[in-house]
Amino acid sequence: MPVIAFRQALRDAMDEELARDQNVILMGEEVAQYNGAYKVSQGLLDKYGPDRIIDTPITEEGFTGAGIGAALVGLRPIVEWMTLNFSAQAFDQVLNNAAKMLSMSGGQLKVPIVFRGPNGPAEYLSGQHSQSFQAFYTHIPGIKVVAPSTPYDAKGMLKSAVRDDNPVVFLETEMMYGLKGEVPEEEYLVPLGKAEIKRAGEAVTLISFSRPMQMILEAADVLEKEGYSAEVIDLRSLRPLDEEAVYSSVVKTNRCVIVDNDWPTASFGSYLGWLISKNCFDSLDAPVEMVAMEDVPMPYNHALELAVQPSVEKIVAAAKRVMYV
Amino acid sequence: MGKSKTDANHSAGAEDKKKATKTSGSSEKSFRIELLRRMLLIRRLEEKSAQMYGLRKIGGFCHLYIGQEAVAVGAVAALDLKKDYVLTAYRDHGHALACGMDPKAMMAELYGRATGCSRGKGGSMHLFDVDKHMLGGNGIVGAHIPVATGVALKIKYKKENGAVLCFFGDGAIHQGSFHESLNLAKIWNLPIVYICENNQYGMGTDFRRVSSVTDFSKMGASYEIPGSQMDGMDVLKVHAAVKEAVDRARKDHQPSFIEAVTYRYKGHSMSDPATYRSKEELQEYKDQDPILILKAEILKSEQLSNEEFDKIDAECKRISNEAAQFAEDSPQPAIETMYEDVLV
Repeated sequence: MPVIAFRQALRDAMDEELARDQNVILMGEEVAQYNGAYKVSQGLLDKYGPDRIIDTPITEEGFTGAGIGAALVGLRPIVEWMTLNFSAQAFDQVLNNAAKMLSMSGGQLKVPIVFRGPNGPAEYLSGQHSQSFQAFYTHIPGIKVVAPSTPYDAKGMLKSAVRDDNPVVFLETEMMYGLKGEVPEEEYLVPLGKAEIKRAGEAVTLISFSRPMQMILEAADVLEKEGYSAEVIDLRSLRPLDEEAVYSSVVKTNRCVIVDNDWPTASFGSYLGWLISKNCFDSLDAPVEMVAMEDVPMPYNHALELAVQPSVEKIVAAAKRVMYV
Repeated sequence: MGKSKTDANHSAGAEDKKKATKTSGSSEKSFRIELLRRMLLIRRLEEKSAQMYGLRKIGGFCHLYIGQEAVAVGAVAALDLKKDYVLTAYRDHGHALACGMDPKAMMAELYGRATGCSRGKGGSMHLFDVDKHMLGGNGIVGAHIPVATGVALKIKYKKENGAVLCFFGDGAIHQGSFHESLNLAKIWNLPIVYICENNQYGMGTDFRRVSSVTDFSKMGASYEIPGSQMDGMDVLKVHAAVKEAVDRARKDHQPSFIEAVTYRYKGHSMSDPATYRSKEELQEYKDQDPILILKAEILKSEQLSNEEFDKIDAECKRISNEAAQFAEDSPQPAIETMYEDVLV
């Protein structure tokens, strides 16, 4: 099976969907002539032309809203945000238009659109460019939020997102664009809303999504060497959330650590912790643990920015706390 | 002061009038009468809405269109709603009716009933009729302007022969969404007409207090988009100006910007007593009432008798009463419908 990078998997997904459906367009800053700020859209302008691969000015509210308008009347736009940090400028369009039109029109208007781009910390970027947006977007009913962690899922889920009739916020990570993995040549889809058990275990359940998946798999290795078998769950979708996959695992292991590379206050991880505490109360042998960012703006200094974020060591320590070892 | 603004109108002279009256004879007569009927229908339905709001049949924010009828009616009359689209802001009753929305579906929505156009989930600010290409109703000031721009992008992408009318108020014109949208429309050559209904007060704030320019039509120039300011109390002038802009959108795929100077007789919403403006100013605009001036013109040209007018008015009142009765008789939405239409 071919091994390709995460960015290539995303590119291939868009390529296939653009080829399959004339209603699919890609729009955003630097997506066309520049081939993408992170080269995710490499070559798409040459292949599909400027009517379908559309460079926009730096006006996130404007082009995000324009994508929503085009989606209301039958196109299936992919809107690339250069990073999720800049999507704050477009937040109103997602919150008040994309997520609300179906409901407020009594089901008359669908908004088949994908908003995608890198989310979460990169390196040496300080406070405004290393933020996580999963809590902001997952908070909103009326949209789907997904965050794959492998090239395989990235491709299969982006294709599903483009075909979905709902607005989908598709979270990538700059630090994962070079991550390589096996991706089959034949076409496939990965459904939205389904978690995946990455590794079976008995002693503790480790749950995450997106880039920290690499950390929790590594943490599981460390724990394995010490004699503890961890079950590892990749949520892949935050909304809709595959609650059943989570509860089945926690009921089996009786212990759980959630890793969410975001501020802890009112975060997705804290919500998931509440769900587990409520729905698996009788099975839990320890309080649900969460490994999150420190509750501070991201500092520039590398040692500081690493210390702010989850790490393999922090995850192992949290797992040991819930196992009382 | 409003008078001087309408006098400043530079596109609403004899030339426009000529365009508006280029058809002759019975079709011209019926067109004018139809415009009059549509404005009257909006007026009567809005009066009914106000009455029912007072009786607490309607709740929340309710922004009446009384006084501004000429803008929506004149503009929408320039469209072919099989291929053209309309988007507007929260003062949307007039636009919805001008697009041909069923008054019963509108009134039932104001009542929050299951038979409302949005199944009781939208209310006054969120009227939609997708079949009539009326895509809302939006409660966030200026938020629909990029959306309308995207609808125009679809028309261009699909190589259709349509146009989009995007209505908004003087309050929205300073939002970034307006300026971002005009820029996008120009660089992408989109078939859209941005219509600023300058009713002169953004909620309680006189637009002159918060605007760097008071002739908004100049704002198009920053984006090389032709802008014009016109008398929004005269439905024929509105129609002529919008028709010209729609033609430009269709033929040349070029955006336009029109400022229609108008006035709302009521407060910003039902809870606003509008104490920030003078009675004299209000009266000045009531003297230019869009329905009365068209009525007078048609009566003068003997295309309509007083009796015929009264008959049309009675018909509009009957439709309004029936709409309210329909809403009153309609079921409340079942509680479990709250979970519907969240995702497809």
